[in-house]
Amino acid sequence: MDMKVAKKLGLKERYALMTRDLAWDTTYQKMEDVFPQTTYEGIKIHDWDKWEDPFRLTMDAYWKYQSEKERKLYAILDGFNQNNGHLSVTDARYINVLKLFLGSTPPLELMAARGFSMMGRQMNGAGPRVACQMQAVDEYRHFQTQIHSISNYNKYYNGMDEFAHQQSRMWYLSDGKSFFDDAITAGPFEFMVAIGFAFEYVLTNILFVPFISGAAYNGDMAAMTVGFSAQSDEARHMTLGLECIKFMLEQDPDNLPIVQRWIDKWTWRGTRKLASVGMMMDYMLPKRIMSFKEAWEMYVEENGGALFKDLARYGITIPKCFGQTVEEKEHVSHQSWIGFYMKPEATPFHTWIPTPDEMDWLSEKYPNTFDKYYRPVLEYLDAQEKAGNRYNNKTQPMNCQVCVSTMKFNEPGDPMEMCFRESVYKGEKFHTCSDHCKEIFDNEPEKYVQTFISSHQGLQGNCEPDGTDVKAPDFKPGQNMLDYWKLDKRALGDFNGSEDQKNFAAWREQATKN
Amino acid sequence: MSNAFIAFQKNDESRCIVEAILEDNPGAMVDDQPSMVKIDVPNRLVIKRETVSEKMGREFDLQELQLHLITISGNLDETDDEFTLSWNN
Repeated sequence: MDMKVAKKLGLKERYALMTRDLAWDTTYQKMEDVFPQTTYEGIKIHDWDKWEDPFRLTMDAYWKYQSEKERKLYAILDGFNQNNGHLSVTDARYINVLKLFLGSTPPLELMAARGFSMMGRQMNGAGPRVACQMQAVDEYRHFQTQIHSISNYNKYYNGMDEFAHQQSRMWYLSDGKSFFDDAITAGPFEFMVAIGFAFEYVLTNILFVPFISGAAYNGDMAAMTVGFSAQSDEARHMTLGLECIKFMLEQDPDNLPIVQRWIDKWTWRGTRKLASVGMMMDYMLPKRIMSFKEAWEMYVEENGGALFKDLARYGITIPKCFGQTVEEKEHVSHQSWIGFYMKPEATPFHTWIPTPDEMDWLSEKYPNTFDKYYRPVLEYLDAQEKAGNRYNNKTQPMNCQVCVSTMKFNEPGDPMEMCFRESVYKGEKFHTCSDHCKEIFDNEPEKYVQTFISSHQGLQGNCEPDGTDVKAPDFKPGQNMLDYWKLDKRALGDFNGSEDQKNFAAWREQATKN
Repeated sequence: MSNAFIAFQKNDESRCIVEAILEDNPGAMVDDQPSMVKIDVPNRLVIKRETVSEKMGREFDLQELQLHLITISGNLDETDDEFTLSWNN
């Protein structure tokens, strides 16, 4: 496609004319009545015109480039699907990482679209309003393209069809849901730090860059094109988040402590959400390009470190949790995978024990922790499985009141001890997974006491499938969780012996001979 | 000193963009990964429209970078002629 544009004005002039110059201040109504949400968080803004999108992207250019991205993406997706691309992935275990990735991400994209639509209305300045509107459209695009990608896999593999129902009901999807619920119910500036900074800068840099490169390495062109096409928008999203942080800090020195608290809070929330991405990289990709630990060092420690050094001139300090995240990078992916393996009847994707080769790779990548703490557990579980005594934890997990992760992380400095924290609010006890989540809870208890935790609610009889007689004499709460989740029973448990495994083997056989 | 970086999807156009970056940024390091390429430059990375146009053999608009971008690191400034990522540390 010929992308040549007849240039009459420079980029800076075009941007000025097409954004700020098209906006106006209201006169029939007071500006503070039209934009009431941007003051109550305590952030002081003196001049909205100081906000500029460094990409200087105008709406006309936005549509042009986004439509070109869509054409490229769907050409690849069609080619992949028409050519039975799903059979060219490394092995059928790989499909399970898609069940987790594509089953958990689209509803979050939709929440991001809703959030940025709100920001596009709530921000006073034309610069952030236009950028937020673009991001809202981007997020909606990601939501749609991810679902289009699911639809092809869903024709062949089990467990992918109820992701929308499961989003607000399943224990392991609650961490992502809670992240967005927390952000969208905060004020507009906190939302921008939560999503624009923590989600885009900390999280998507790992999920959509090394993980997606790993998907390509495993032969999945569909996930590759969907992931990279989304990430081509994320570069703009990260920039928006960073601009928002710099803008707040430049506008008034009183904003510093508020922004610092949000950075501390959301860096930690992003870190907790990444534990499952770590497991996807270390355990669920049959061929791996780098460990989660290496990705963490590249994208969070180095890249995030560069950002915090840069923000130091405004008085921003490294987030309080940083030291703990550095310690945890050697543990969380193993703890997550073992946790999922131990609950074979509670996820619509399969689990397995890594092969001996894969364990050796983990030993090499995690020399300080894998052989010492996690290999013995995996080898024990493997021996039990082979002896016909497959571990099956049928209880409901306990979840953190703030991040809603299951309680599975270790006490700082002691990998053998599980970490719990407790707060009392209005006479009731609430549990959190870490000092950082406890601090978030204690700062806004009225908000977090409302967290809906399905595994806890289930035991109170609040998570029953339609038609359950809760008054029946033999009724026991939490006995019907599989039906409440609408879990496809073919998708449960071990990969070995699963229908997906058999079908994949049979179809690949057909693909090579008559 | 921190690295500014940029990553692209690997394709014919981004190959020319990477060549241009290597020419204009002494000290640039290329990290070749499956289906993507990441380029790190200490402190400041610049992409010049003119050099990319020369490598591609056609006029290039820097906003076309949007099509191939995967991620960036550094404070961004974009003009008609230069796309710059830099850290002030």
